[in-house]
This record gives sequence, structure tokens and C-alpha cells, in this order.
Amino acid sequence: MSELSLVLIRFGYLAVLWIFVLATISVIRTDMFGARAARTAGGQERKAAKPTRSKPAKPRKGDPTSVAILEGGNAGEVVSLANAPLLIGRGNDAAIRLDDDYVSTRHARIAVSGDQWYVEDLGSTNGTYVGSSRITQATAISLGTQIRIGKTILEMRK
Amino acid sequence: MSSAAATSGTSARKPGPLMEFVHRSRRGAELFLLLLSLAVGIGAYAAVGLGAQGKVPADIYTYGGILTALVVAAHVTVRIKAAYADPILLPIVSALNGLGLAMIHRIDLGRQARTPGSHEFAPSQLMWMTLGVLLFIVVLVAIRDHRRLQAFTYTAGFSALVLLLLPLLPGIGKTVNGARIWIGIAGFSFQPGEIAKLLLVIAFAGYLVLYRDALALAGRRVLFVDLPRGRDLGPILAMWAVSLAILVFQNDLGSSLLFFGLFLVMLYVSTERPGWLVVGGTMFVVGAYFGYLVTAHVQVRVEAWLHPFANTPSGEAVTGTYQIRQGLFGMGWGGLTGRGLGQGSPQNTPISWSDFILPSLGEELGLTGVIAIVLLYALIVERGLRTALICRDNFGKLMATGLATVFALQVFVVIGGVTKLIPLTGLTTPFLSQGGSSLVANWALIALLIRVSDQARRPPPEFFDDGADMDATQVVSLR
Repeated sequence: MSELSLVLIRFGYLAVLWIFVLATISVIRTDMFGARAARTAGGQERKAAKPTRSKPAKPRKGDPTSVAILEGGNAGEVVSLANAPLLIGRGNDAAIRLDDDYVSTRHARIAVSGDQWYVEDLGSTNGTYVGSSRITQATAISLGTQIRIGKTILEMRK
Repeated sequence: MSSAAATSGTSARKPGPLMEFVHRSRRGAELFLLLLSLAVGIGAYAAVGLGAQGKVPADIYTYGGILTALVVAAHVTVRIKAAYADPILLPIVSALNGLGLAMIHRIDLGRQARTPGSHEFAPSQLMWMTLGVLLFIVVLVAIRDHRRLQAFTYTAGFSALVLLLLPLLPGIGKTVNGARIWIGIAGFSFQPGEIAKLLLVIAFAGYLVLYRDALALAGRRVLFVDLPRGRDLGPILAMWAVSLAILVFQNDLGSSLLFFGLFLVMLYVSTERPGWLVVGGTMFVVGAYFGYLVTAHVQVRVEAWLHPFANTPSGEAVTGTYQIRQGLFGMGWGGLTGRGLGQGSPQNTPISWSDFILPSLGEELGLTGVIAIVLLYALIVERGLRTALICRDNFGKLMATGLATVFALQVFVVIGGVTKLIPLTGLTTPFLSQGGSSLVANWALIALLIRVSDQARRPPPEFFDDGADMDATQVVSLR
């Protein structure tokens, strides 16, 4: 082994090591910024695949766009309404997954019909409350109506 | 595909672009990085042969083949069992493990050049890596949802305590290099503390998820710091006593710091109250000082840290300073770009293949290489904390935080020790050091992180509005 080739191997290996580090960082970077583009593409496919799904193309001003969790174990979370209907519950398949012992696996559902939003109980054990009354059928909700599920309180936001 | 609930503190309060964020599975990116990581591992092995013996090692194909097979097996498992997992973790681990193997092989060569017939550590390390990857696969296959682990909160905590106490039992406990943290059964030795560290993360996460409200809400304010209630101090006192017992009876400063620091960080993360850090930090300082006073082992370590170049009157190195001194000289000799793989003399440092593998790498790869390695560790920790941020359930959040913390603390304690930032303690450098228990346990740790990150990044299944399903749900009536 000549001195020169050893020096080349030495710097070559350091280069390989750093290329690996930089490649890792660039994957993290695309993971941060690339996902939204993928989402819009995926979303359009989805729309094309399921034309029955009624989703207003452009939400009007004043329409609710998200559900905020005000109290309970998940307080502070905000979930977009863009993919309504949303399932609320403790189960794995719930879009709003609550860590709350008083919530059923599939507890309630938030859905839209025309311009009106509804919350509907899905046969939960402890019930769903709008304001102070337990609901028995799909109930209309508007901005700022507080929905109580177990120890959790949710509210629609603009 | 539904919007991911962003759960990270203040930014979650206003719906922004982050709300529309859905992760891709990124398995292709992982495969690409894995190939690069194989270049790092196998390249290091080839460079060691070229540097130390002037030729590419004869068994490069066998070695490369085994490494490739292990990595591909892990990748395929992730593809099948955790398709949305973080794409960074596995490649970094594979690169570090490959680099560690090459370095251990290099030190084997150096020791054999000095005393022919010395024990070779690299083949056994490769075997341990195989076991580690197998455990990685088993964890991913067996644990399909990390929340199932919450049911084992107390079982995990109790087994961790038993594992920690095992080395103290006469008969199976062994003292190696002053620390009584080994058990030996039938010529086969193991460090139970490495597995205990994973079980403790599960136990702490399960416990804190249930009791964090009580720990967070009650208390009074003293000098801008919310201090917890006296009666809530129970768990932290218990953990403090356990750490102190490890320090005093097992002479293991590193594990003591690791377990107590882990508990403190998880307590802080779950309650969001800096008061716990103040209380815990004070307790740790008091406990460490007490440990320093009563154990000669710790005093030797602290003296070697303060005065590594001290000599006895007869000109010999003071006990405990020789190793750290050799390590420092090695890194100094390596300089900015290192001597080149296979061309330094890392075998001059005692235990250079295990605790002191970082100075060995520093000697042969230089500061440039060590920065890359430290960055890789930082990226693992970053991905762990990132997983905790996006995870949707509190148990998973705490578990990911705990796993990342335990990893970060371990890297800090060992790298801080060999670079003379803090007193040297006997912890292993994750994935680099020779040592089966540590390697296997860390592969399991990464498997758990991958499992949580898969759950966290997986888009929530869509809610289908079909009538039959709705009826089925509504039939579940109690009246």
C-alpha cells in the first residue's frame, strides 16, 4: 500500500461517512416538507375514486373548519374537519382518538349535511351531551357549541 | 386519509398547514439509506484491512453478506409490520453497528499484532448483532400496538427491579472491573441492567400516564417554582433510593445516573412542571455526593477525572487514570482527520474495544469522524422525540420520550466520560461498543421506537359510512 492510496482511503472513508449523514438529514428534510404535496395528490385521487363524497370545494367564510378539544386528556388538540365525517372514540380507527376512560371505542360522529353540521351518538355507554342534554339522535351543532363526551369537551372552530 | 391531529403544545392550538400533514411511508428512502449505511459498515471493514494488513480482508464477502442479510431482514420486517415507521432510525443503527464491528475487528488485529493469539471480539459481536436483529424482528412482530404494553406497567416495573437486583445475589452475580452489574450462568454472562432500562421506560410511561394529573396539579409556589406536594414525593423518593442503591452496592455510577435521569425527564415531560427538575436535581446532587463519600470506587473515578495526568511519587500513573489518559492521547494523535482506519494504535488503551471505542474511532477517523458519529446519535434522539410529538396517545408519547431520553443520557454519559467532561462511568456506547447485552437491548429499544413511530405516522383509517356497520354498532345496547 503506497502512502498516497492510504491517504485517499482515509479521506474517501470520511467522505462516505459524511455522505451518509447528509443523506439522512436530507431524508428528514423531505419528510418535513414533502408530505403536504403527497397529501394533495393523494386527496385528489381519493376524490376521483369516491365521487359520492360531498365535500364543498371552497369552504365559505364562517363555516367551521376544525374541532378543538377544550378539556380532558387530549386538551389542546385541533383536528381539521376537511375529512368529515369524523369518528370520535377510543378505538384505533377513530379520527379523533381520545384517551378517556369514559369514552366508548366508537363513541360519536361529526358529519355535515349541506351547510349544517351534526353530531350523532353511536350507541355509546356514557352518552354524548350537547350543552347539558344527552342527545338521542343526530343533533345540529354550530360554531362554539360545546360537545361533551366522557370527561372531554369539544367545540367547532372556524 | 384524515388529517393528523397535531398534538405539540402551542402550535396545535391554531389550525395551520401542519394540520393537513400526513406522513408518507418512506420505505424507499429507508432502503436507499440502508444501502449507504452498508457502504459505511462494509467500507470500514475493507479500509481496516487495507490500512492494517495492506489488503482487503479475505472474508469481506462473508462479512458483507451477513451484514447485508441482517439489514435486509430488518428492512423487510419493517416493510411488512410497520410500513409507516420512521425511515431514519434503522439506517443509522445499521451504520453505527457496522462501523462498530469494523472498529472492534481493527482492535482485534492490533492486539493480535502485539500478543499473537489474543481473544477476538469481532466474531462474537457479529453473533450478538444477529441476535439483536432477531430480537428486533420478534419485537416488531409480537407487539403490534405499543398501547398493549400499558397493561404491563407494574409487571415491567417489578421485573426491572428484579433484574437490577440480580447481580447482587451471591452465586450468579459477578464483579467485572469494579462494578457488580453482571450475572453469569453457565459461562454465559449478561448485564441485566440493559434490559431493565427498557422495562423501566414502559413502567414509568404506564405509571405517569395514570397519575400525571395528581403529580402536576397539586403543590404550592415557592420562589417562581411550583413545588410538588409532600405526599407525591413517594415515587421519586423510591426511584432515588433505587439509584442510590445501584451506586453504593453495585458501584455503577453510569446506570445510577441513567435511571434517575430517565425518571426525572419523564416526570417533567408528563407534568410540565419544572419544580420536579429542581427537586430531583437537588436530590441527585445530594445522593451523588453521599455516594462519593461512601464508595472508594467513585472517589477513584472522580480523582481520575479531575487529575488524569497525576503521577504517584514513584512516577507511575495514579490508579484509574491510565485508561482515560491513553484515550485522550489517542484522540489527540488522531487530530482533525484521524490516522486512517487501521493505522492508529487504539489497542494501547485498555478496553478500547468496549467503553473506549469512541477514543479509538477518534484516533483513526479524527474529529471529523467523531462529529459524524455524534450527529448520528443526535439524529436518533431527534427522531425519538419527534415520534413523541406526533404520537396521538399519551402512553406512546411518554414511551417514545423515555426511549429517546435513555438513549441520549447513555450517549452523553459515556462520551462525556471518555472526553473528560464528566467522571468516567462504565456505560457502553450504543451499537458501537463490544458487548452483547447492550447491543441486543438497544436493538429492542429501536424496535419499540419504530413501533411507536409507525403508529404515530400511520394515517388514521377512514371512517366509512356504511349502514350495516352502523347497525352493528348500535346493537350494542345495554338495556
